[in-house]
Amino acid sequence: MFRKIAISAVSALVLSTGAGFAAGTETHIEDVPFSFEGPFGKFDEHQLQRGLQVFTEVCSGCHGLKYVPIRTLADEGGPHLPADQVRAYAKNYTVIDKETGEEREAKDSDNFPANTGAGAPDLSLMAKARAGFHGPYGLGINQMFKGMGGPEHIYSILNGYTGEEKEEAGTTFYENTAFPGGWIAMAPPLSDDQVTYEDGHPATMHHMTQDVASFLMWAAEPHMMARKQTGFVAVIFLVLLTSLLYLTNKRLWAGIKGKKHA
Amino acid sequence: MAGIPHDHYEPKSGFEKWLHARLPIVSLAYDTLVIPTPRNLNWMWIWGIVLAFCLALQIVTGIVLAMHYTPHVNMAFASVEHIMRDVNGGHMLRYLHANGASLFFFAVYLHIFRGLYYGSYKAPREVTWIVGMLIYLAMMATAFMGYVLPWGQMSFWGATVITGLFGAIPGIGPVIQEWLLGGPAVDNATLNRFFSLHYLLPFVIAALVAVHIWAFHTTGNNNPTGVEVRRGSKEEAAKDTVPFWPYYVMKDLFALGLILVVFFAIVGFMPNYLGHPDNYTEANPLVTPAHIVPEWYFLPFYAILRAFTADVWVVQLVNFLSFGIIDAKFFGVLAMFGAIAVMAMVPWLDTSSVRSGKYRPKFKAWFALLVIDFVVLMWVGAMPTEFPYDWISLIASTYWFAYFLVILPLLGVLEKPLPMPATIEEDFKSHYPSVAE
Repeated sequence: MFRKIAISAVSALVLSTGAGFAAGTETHIEDVPFSFEGPFGKFDEHQLQRGLQVFTEVCSGCHGLKYVPIRTLADEGGPHLPADQVRAYAKNYTVIDKETGEEREAKDSDNFPANTGAGAPDLSLMAKARAGFHGPYGLGINQMFKGMGGPEHIYSILNGYTGEEKEEAGTTFYENTAFPGGWIAMAPPLSDDQVTYEDGHPATMHHMTQDVASFLMWAAEPHMMARKQTGFVAVIFLVLLTSLLYLTNKRLWAGIKGKKHA
Repeated sequence: MAGIPHDHYEPKSGFEKWLHARLPIVSLAYDTLVIPTPRNLNWMWIWGIVLAFCLALQIVTGIVLAMHYTPHVNMAFASVEHIMRDVNGGHMLRYLHANGASLFFFAVYLHIFRGLYYGSYKAPREVTWIVGMLIYLAMMATAFMGYVLPWGQMSFWGATVITGLFGAIPGIGPVIQEWLLGGPAVDNATLNRFFSLHYLLPFVIAALVAVHIWAFHTTGNNNPTGVEVRRGSKEEAAKDTVPFWPYYVMKDLFALGLILVVFFAIVGFMPNYLGHPDNYTEANPLVTPAHIVPEWYFLPFYAILRAFTADVWVVQLVNFLSFGIIDAKFFGVLAMFGAIAVMAMVPWLDTSSVRSGKYRPKFKAWFALLVIDFVVLMWVGAMPTEFPYDWISLIASTYWFAYFLVILPLLGVLEKPLPMPATIEEDFKSHYPSVAE
């Protein structure tokens, strides 16, 4: 009897895999090769600076970045802007002073302002708050090889507009192949050459969206490079330590196991 | 310690004698460290040290995290971001702590299944097993409450779902739920008490671990053959055992090192792999996530919770027989806690006189199926409750109970065990023929 249950469990499992695939929401997430992927991947500080420009000129119109301190734009392993440029950049924003409660020009010690309206979500953690990749079959193995897919999700949303629109209850929705449900309230924010990069880099949709997705990944995980370095040092150190422990253990047990050579 | 005869600590110098007469602490440490341990333990006996390491890691990283964390609904999420961005090494501490919980559960599951296969729960080690189950329960409570602290979407909704389980208890359920939450819904009071308990429970676990070790140091370790160490004389016992220090300390440290290589690679290179992206969105009581999924280590029992829906005949029968007191929701809760309860009762459910699964041909197959069953439950726990996943979880849940309640009691009677080695020494020599006398 239990053998039968086992067999039906196995066959149900085989059958389910096809069904699960078909039932999945059909959003399309492009697997973009970002410079910061993999154990040795690094942020490209020029790309982060360009992404900051796109964010400042376009995204910041509606989206906030409230957990990111402006001063961190000068950090190594991030956009790495000179301190005087960061101080000058901070003046783009006005914030409410915590002590006086009055509006004033932002300083580099302030955070980016919170969402300024339009119901747009804060982007501080967006690159970690979405998974672009899943599966296969709910196992999450894809994420191990492609990454979680947060920045890919941002890239795909920005490039996913089909041009279709619809109006529902007074709100216009735009068809988007990357957005769950297929319709997003955000109007297509970018078009080719919308931003003129200060470094003369071409500003096609592909470049701008990749740059801003990278910038938002940094905004969500500002210490990524330090973390990978720590991980790398820890792994190297532990491999050495474990090798020594292996040899110690082998020699120690040799007497017990009756082996002459350790 | 009692049990296997071995050399005891003898105070030599004047100071040692003075201290020993007042507090035999050196003696305790010595006897604990050199305890005779079966010489044939295999690599599945290393998880204890990994678990001890995890507990220490979680307590140390957790205490430092608590210095920077703010348990308030308006500030908790931001304070975690403060840790991630501004605290020196804070991102590493938090990722170590979050992934440390995963390593903790990974190790505890292998440790438990080791015990289930080699019959480590059988007499005279029932108390060790029961204390182990208590540790496991305390771990689950701690991990659940810890997951609420970052106050992300999954924290909030996970807390809502899990405390809702207590609300399903007939009659007094809603009162218990409100008492647990400190109010009608998950809110600041909930966050505060969970923070307090999340800090307390690891020390309860540490105390239980001491009792766990005390218990198996009294009975002696089990081993892959399940054959007891000979206790007739010191010489006889010495043929079956080696002192824990240095032999197993070195072996365990080597294994721990190997596991930490993988662990630090995960923490360094993909620290969010085991987490849920929704928890990087601040908790919002007005927006329910599309899928509320617990952490991976809760999935098998979450699958059992969801498996018994109102259209299952067993549920309908129980509902009818209990005059509607046990509805589908409460049945699911009973099944989930029952799944752990039957595991805790295994010393009295397994009727076989043979301890180790190594010498039980039929048991081996059923046990292998149980391991597969556990993995299937873990997978299906993360899937939506629709066909075919509802059927898979129902079948897999049924097997979990069948294994403990039907198969184990029957196998002891029906199965013909294989011949066993007479002593551990004999088993060890069969692996290492050149052992000197």
